[in-house]
Amino acid sequence: MNHLSEEEITLAYYDELDSKLRAHLDDCPECRASFDRLRGLLDGLRDIPVPERGESYGGEVWTRLLPSLPAEKPRRVWLRWWTVGPAMATIIVGAFLAGMLVQKSRGPAGFSAKARERVLLIAMGDHLDRSQMVLAELVNATPGTVDLGDERLRARDLVAENRLLRQTATRTGDLSDAALLDELERTLLDIANGPANPSPADLEMLQQRIESEGLLFKVRIIGTNVRQKGQQL
Amino acid sequence: MEWTDSEAAEEARKGDQRAFRVLVERHSRSIFRLAYRMTGNEQDAEDMVQETFLRAWKQMHRFDGRAAFGTWVYRIASNCSLDLIRARKVHGEQQPLSGDEELPGTFDGVATGAPSPERLMQSNQIARMLGPALAHLSEMERTAFLLRHYEGCGTDEIARALGVQANAAKQTVFRAVQKLRQALEPAWGVAR
Repeated sequence: MNHLSEEEITLAYYDELDSKLRAHLDDCPECRASFDRLRGLLDGLRDIPVPERGESYGGEVWTRLLPSLPAEKPRRVWLRWWTVGPAMATIIVGAFLAGMLVQKSRGPAGFSAKARERVLLIAMGDHLDRSQMVLAELVNATPGTVDLGDERLRARDLVAENRLLRQTATRTGDLSDAALLDELERTLLDIANGPANPSPADLEMLQQRIESEGLLFKVRIIGTNVRQKGQQL
Repeated sequence: MEWTDSEAAEEARKGDQRAFRVLVERHSRSIFRLAYRMTGNEQDAEDMVQETFLRAWKQMHRFDGRAAFGTWVYRIASNCSLDLIRARKVHGEQQPLSGDEELPGTFDGVATGAPSPERLMQSNQIARMLGPALAHLSEMERTAFLLRHYEGCGTDEIARALGVQANAAKQTVFRAVQKLRQALEPAWGVAR
């Protein structure tokens, strides 16, 4: 009888091998040795110790989760703030970045490098926060009834700001931030240039793209990192 | 009244937070275990649990009941953890466990009794390599392997979770094991 294949040995490990092949495995030292090697590795993976969580853990998770669960939002109040906010933010970030580039060409002056980096990190963190809100709105939108008019306006403002930040990140050699901003910019452009009332299929496609690329999550993680870094400076 | 998972999931789909709470309380521990195995870091695993259930709540309308809620949310958790691993890689951060960091508890090998210091070091090494090794699997392979290996799901359940035939699910587990062997066996072999 031929020796067992790797697939059959894997099946044996998970107790899914038929009895005839199982009998061969028990009798054949060569197959047994292959099986023991695989078992050593897979048992070892299973035995990696994991910190224990008590019976009440699920309740604790719920308590922490509840404030983050999307609830009905006072959309109109929020809208008023956002009609002014992005434009102001774009002006401030734009002015800062333009100043920074000019400053760089003139050489060192009043602003220390550390202070410049701190302001840049704060601007970046703020930008990622606002982008995250637009992405979250889109991901949570219900197909069929959605009106993306506000999100489009906000996305347009964010695109301009994003471009400045991306160019700065590229100039300063921060390629990982530049890559994220590039990915974000493409999605913001799609939102800004898309219809205010997308078809359910279009909306679903955009939602799936954001989720499959993990964009919202990456923006959240890097936004948090950037803010922490800014606070530490 | 005690909800079953499918009843709670059905109510949660309609927006009932009480029903979703039942699911969160029931599945948090297994999601934590999965996230810890993938990230190798306790704080990251906690964050992944939160992120997983947040995503699950937002995507409840997509849950069609073909797979059990537990396997569905497990798949979300696996993707969340993978996103974190990739984000770290993109951002140039180090893997969570440093070389001299102790994992909790002890590591019991297959053929030996009490673990030697070498064996403990080896277990740390394997634990650190597991997340990145899992990241090299396709989403299907990773989910199939995690469900089979850590949750003890049978082929039929994995097939339902992945939306494939049983034979394809079996093949997927096999491919995942092969890839993990290639990635981990060299390190595993060194200290044996």
